[in-house]
Amino acid sequence: MRRLARLASSGLLAAAAAIGCGAREEATAIDFWALGREGEVVQRLMPEFERRSPGLRVRVQQIPWSAAHEKLLTAYAGDALPDLLQLGTTWIPEFVALRAVAPVGARMSASTSIAPDDYFPGVLEMSEVDGILYGVPWYVDTRVLFYRSDLLARAGFQEPPRTWSAWLEAMIRLEAVVGADHYAILLSPDTWEPQVILALQLGAALLRDGDRRGDFQSPRFREAFRWYLDLFERGLAPRGSEGRVGNVYRDFAAGHFAMLVSGPWDLGELARRLPAELDSAWATAPLPAPRENGPGASLAGGASLALTRTSPRQAEAWKLVEYLSEPEQQVALHRLCGDLPARRAAWRLSGLVSDPRARAFWVQLGALAATPRIPEWERIASRIAHYSEEAVRGHLAPEAALAALDRDVDAILEKRRWLLGGRRAGAAEAKR
Amino acid sequence: MREAAARGGGWLAAPALLLLAVFFFLPVAASLGLSFTDFDIYALGSPELLRFVGLDNYLRLLGSPRFWIALRNTLLFCAVAGPLSVATSLAAALLLHSPRVRLKGFFRTAFFLPVVTTLVAVAATWRYLYHPRHGLLDRALGLLGIAPIDWLGDPRWALPAIILLAVWKNFGFNMVIFLAGLQSIPPSLYEAARIDGASGWRQLRHVTLPMLTPTLFFVALITTIGYLQLFAEPYVMTGGGPSDATLSIVLLMYEEGFRWWNLGYAAAIAVVLFAIILAATLLPLGLLRRRW
Repeated sequence: MRRLARLASSGLLAAAAAIGCGAREEATAIDFWALGREGEVVQRLMPEFERRSPGLRVRVQQIPWSAAHEKLLTAYAGDALPDLLQLGTTWIPEFVALRAVAPVGARMSASTSIAPDDYFPGVLEMSEVDGILYGVPWYVDTRVLFYRSDLLARAGFQEPPRTWSAWLEAMIRLEAVVGADHYAILLSPDTWEPQVILALQLGAALLRDGDRRGDFQSPRFREAFRWYLDLFERGLAPRGSEGRVGNVYRDFAAGHFAMLVSGPWDLGELARRLPAELDSAWATAPLPAPRENGPGASLAGGASLALTRTSPRQAEAWKLVEYLSEPEQQVALHRLCGDLPARRAAWRLSGLVSDPRARAFWVQLGALAATPRIPEWERIASRIAHYSEEAVRGHLAPEAALAALDRDVDAILEKRRWLLGGRRAGAAEAKR
Repeated sequence: MREAAARGGGWLAAPALLLLAVFFFLPVAASLGLSFTDFDIYALGSPELLRFVGLDNYLRLLGSPRFWIALRNTLLFCAVAGPLSVATSLAAALLLHSPRVRLKGFFRTAFFLPVVTTLVAVAATWRYLYHPRHGLLDRALGLLGIAPIDWLGDPRWALPAIILLAVWKNFGFNMVIFLAGLQSIPPSLYEAARIDGASGWRQLRHVTLPMLTPTLFFVALITTIGYLQLFAEPYVMTGGGPSDATLSIVLLMYEEGFRWWNLGYAAAIAVVLFAIILAATLLPLGLLRRRW
């Protein structure tokens, strides 16, 4: 019923907007595409912006994450991109390669309201390609350790582990506590993030020769990969699809597994979905570090706001970026959908700093490591996931999996090698 | 006179031919051309970065283990799900055609319902049926003393799980075609067979099946063509996993083309699939032409 009412009211609004259009011919409309949940809620921040900026209107279009990548590329091909885009940080190199987004470094340094040093270290770099800034971080995410503190206490640990060895020991003892058919940690075999985080913690470069070739057989990546596979071999993590079917929360509540490496979205999900009596039984912690006490590095993620290169309204769209980057608006966005603000001022303003569970993210955001910023990264990541799964399931020996991974990655990067050097050399050869 | 009629016919067919040309032949020719280039994300941004690569895409495809895995999965799926699906629909049609079965309308609708239900909704339900801890299927197997199977998570069981879903989802459609075929068999043939003392089994073997041959052939062909293009079931159920156990050719093509935007390579996959389907269609037609 409520849905119906909302539908009807949005229909009325649209009709009113259509009528209003004629009356306010002089208002400049900024088209803004926002993704997923942010796209749903950001609309509510717009009336204040429009009140403050007479003559500007914002048309927000919401695009689901699952369809976003295809839709953005198609819009680019059809020359139908909006003025302002929300982009996942890992997509930025791709849209830079497409020459779809405009540099914003000059606007950033001229801005009076955006302070670059207020962002977490490493977060601005995620929106840079070859030292040029192409987006303003809107919200950030990273992965931390979620764990059942009651189970960990039963295993004899009052504090979460801070080194890999303490982590492994805790998992081995947890395995004894949770019992057969239960697991110390949930790691889906078909994801790439955990093993890449471990490798980044050890300082593995992932790619070599200026990101022209895979470097997955390096000693550092091998060590991380071995450590990761070991968790499955010891039976600490499930090899099957138990975690994939959508009742992760029920299984976490039931103690089918005691640990989980996940992002900020699970702060809200766990708080909402776990039964009330378990409210004090789970906590978060920054990731352990390989040798010295943690925090170890974790992945830098999130989304940025990017101006499209062909937009005639870049100056207007930049005003909207400045508005959305204000600490007050970042706090408002956090309240609306749980996103973690990219600016530290917003953390202090909202009191997030003193929230015990968000605290792990605050600490973790100070220790970020970035994946290679090249357009091919998502494809490479999917190959990492594939060969990890082959190794986890025992179809391939670890060494063979990494060799095959390097081979695939080299093939994926063939065009990049051509662009970065081979092309010019080839042209020179042709001239001779 | 005849020439004029032919010209008139040509004019009548022209609009349809024009539409076909614009929306079918042109795109097919374009994708054939695309398959000889390395059209990708870079070329989309700057057309001068497009390279003509000749047969490279095809050679890479033939050298890629994933293509062979996808081909093997697709053919395996066709070889098992095809006959299973045709047999199931034939059995259902024979049951519904039998004069002794009551509530025919109800069963006909019930069997046809999965065909018209959205696959995404069906998939959500089936994912729960297949769940190793909470799923109905494993609970039922548990009653028989069989240990739970991780249907969608175990590479050995994922393809059978997809086959089961696809057969259940699609058999209703073929069943309706079989029913129509059964209804067009003249009752006098059965009368004659009964007078000759033929049992029910022999009536099926010597009257029903021979009379159904054209229908059977049609159904088998359409099913094979459809199953060679297997996509939606693994796309929504497993995403091609685990370990590529349910990766089909079309799914591979989708991934390369629309996820990674390697349109040149994806076009080569499309051309290869087109050739396979063409062969699968022409071969049996050629074999049968001698008999009819």
